[in-house]
Amino acid sequence: MSTTNIAEKVTQIIVDKLGCDEAQVKPEASFTTDLGADSLDIVELVMEFENQFEMSIPDDKAEQIQTVGDAISFIEQAHKG
Amino acid sequence: MRRVVITGLGAVTPLGNDIGTFWNALVAGTSGANLITKFDTTLFKTKFACELKNFDPLAYIEKKEVSRLDPSAIYAIAAGTQAVEDSGILSNFNPDRVGVLWSSGIGGILTFQQEITNFATGNGTPRFNPFFIPKMIPDISAGHISMKYGFRGPNFAPVAACASSTIAIADAFMYIKYGRIDACVAGGSEAAITEGGIGGFNAMKALSERNDDYLTASRPFDSTRDGFVMGEGGCGLILEELEHALKRGAKIYCEVVGTGMTADAHHLTAPHPEGLGAYNVMKNAIDEAGLAAEEIDYVNVHGTSTPLGDIAELKAIKKLFGDAAYNMNISSTKSQTGHLLGAAGAIEAIACVKSVQEDIIPPTINFTTPDEHIDQKLNLTLNTAQKRTVNTALSNTFGFGGHNASAVFKKFKG
Repeated sequence: MSTTNIAEKVTQIIVDKLGCDEAQVKPEASFTTDLGADSLDIVELVMEFENQFEMSIPDDKAEQIQTVGDAISFIEQAHKG
Repeated sequence: MRRVVITGLGAVTPLGNDIGTFWNALVAGTSGANLITKFDTTLFKTKFACELKNFDPLAYIEKKEVSRLDPSAIYAIAAGTQAVEDSGILSNFNPDRVGVLWSSGIGGILTFQQEITNFATGNGTPRFNPFFIPKMIPDISAGHISMKYGFRGPNFAPVAACASSTIAIADAFMYIKYGRIDACVAGGSEAAITEGGIGGFNAMKALSERNDDYLTASRPFDSTRDGFVMGEGGCGLILEELEHALKRGAKIYCEVVGTGMTADAHHLTAPHPEGLGAYNVMKNAIDEAGLAAEEIDYVNVHGTSTPLGDIAELKAIKKLFGDAAYNMNISSTKSQTGHLLGAAGAIEAIACVKSVQEDIIPPTINFTTPDEHIDQKLNLTLNTAQKRTVNTALSNTFGFGGHNASAVFKKFKG
């Protein structure tokens, strides 16, 4: 999967799960402060990333995913690896 | 003693998704039954139920919330919102003195079924949605309504199977009567038309299996009745202390004057054969109301269309009311709405409130064949609505486990 495709797919998942506008989903946007997610929302997001990208995100790594950009880079790294 | 009145109503039901549509259909005598659309019923004994029609969750909640809420909670928010808005109470209330008591007999059975199915068909890794528990628990509807409006009084879900939401009304009545709160959103919702809900009640032989004539399957008191028809929806009422309502110029539908709660202490699912618990609960409610038995104009019975239940309840009515039983109107609106389980008490309370307001008795539809075990001199309001002055109406609900609850509604006179 190309980098652009990953970013697009991540954006779509965030829009679906958090009900925010696509325009708000910028790399620097924080899930909690900018996109209005609470702790349960983030758990659900991470589970959806795991499903859609067929990967496993350990809890300690999941805690480091704070922004849209964090999520995209983590998934890209995992796919390279 | 403080008096309690009804100042708001809300409903999403198999007969309509607002109070006006519901009530007009109920008076007209309308079957709410349909072939189940929610899942493939090919292998199920019962293939029909009374589902909501054309209900739009987005009229009440944001798109994001739809997947975070079990349908039972969505119906609660819809009906609760209608009732709160109808009452006008938001213009004048102390948030610490408004409660929400919202029942469900089962809670989020669809959510439970989906999550357990996912787990059971996976590889054993426990991957549960973080919203699984808060979607499923039956008290969450009360929580959602409180959060929407900031109502910070008592907040919980009375759970007593099919008597649940009558108990919500009874509890709200007592909290207000004894001065703990000024007002309360009381009601119930149920969304159990799922594989687990239909299959489970089928296994108990509780549901009608009349698939070839499903529109008339819910036929209380008819000799050919063969079980209840599952319904779904949400219904809510605003109970308010009289002076509080008068001070803000609220519209008053009627007064709540008595409630009762008893147990059969007899059997898991079968009623006491002589209707002992039913007799006691009606007597408690009428006694608290300070009414004589012959002053009751209308009894909205539990009357689920099961062979045993209908007979036991009518026995109890005859025993309690004596000859006066022949003068009152009796009807089972479950013939039209199906059985909303934990929301049955609330939908039938609304039928009583509207009956007292409009002086008309909604009918027991689908009746064709008398049952020799039922006294035909009783006025069961068969097939067609009847006009009469309705000063008082009594609502009965009984639940698996032997729970019984009743409430008495009376025309408001200052």
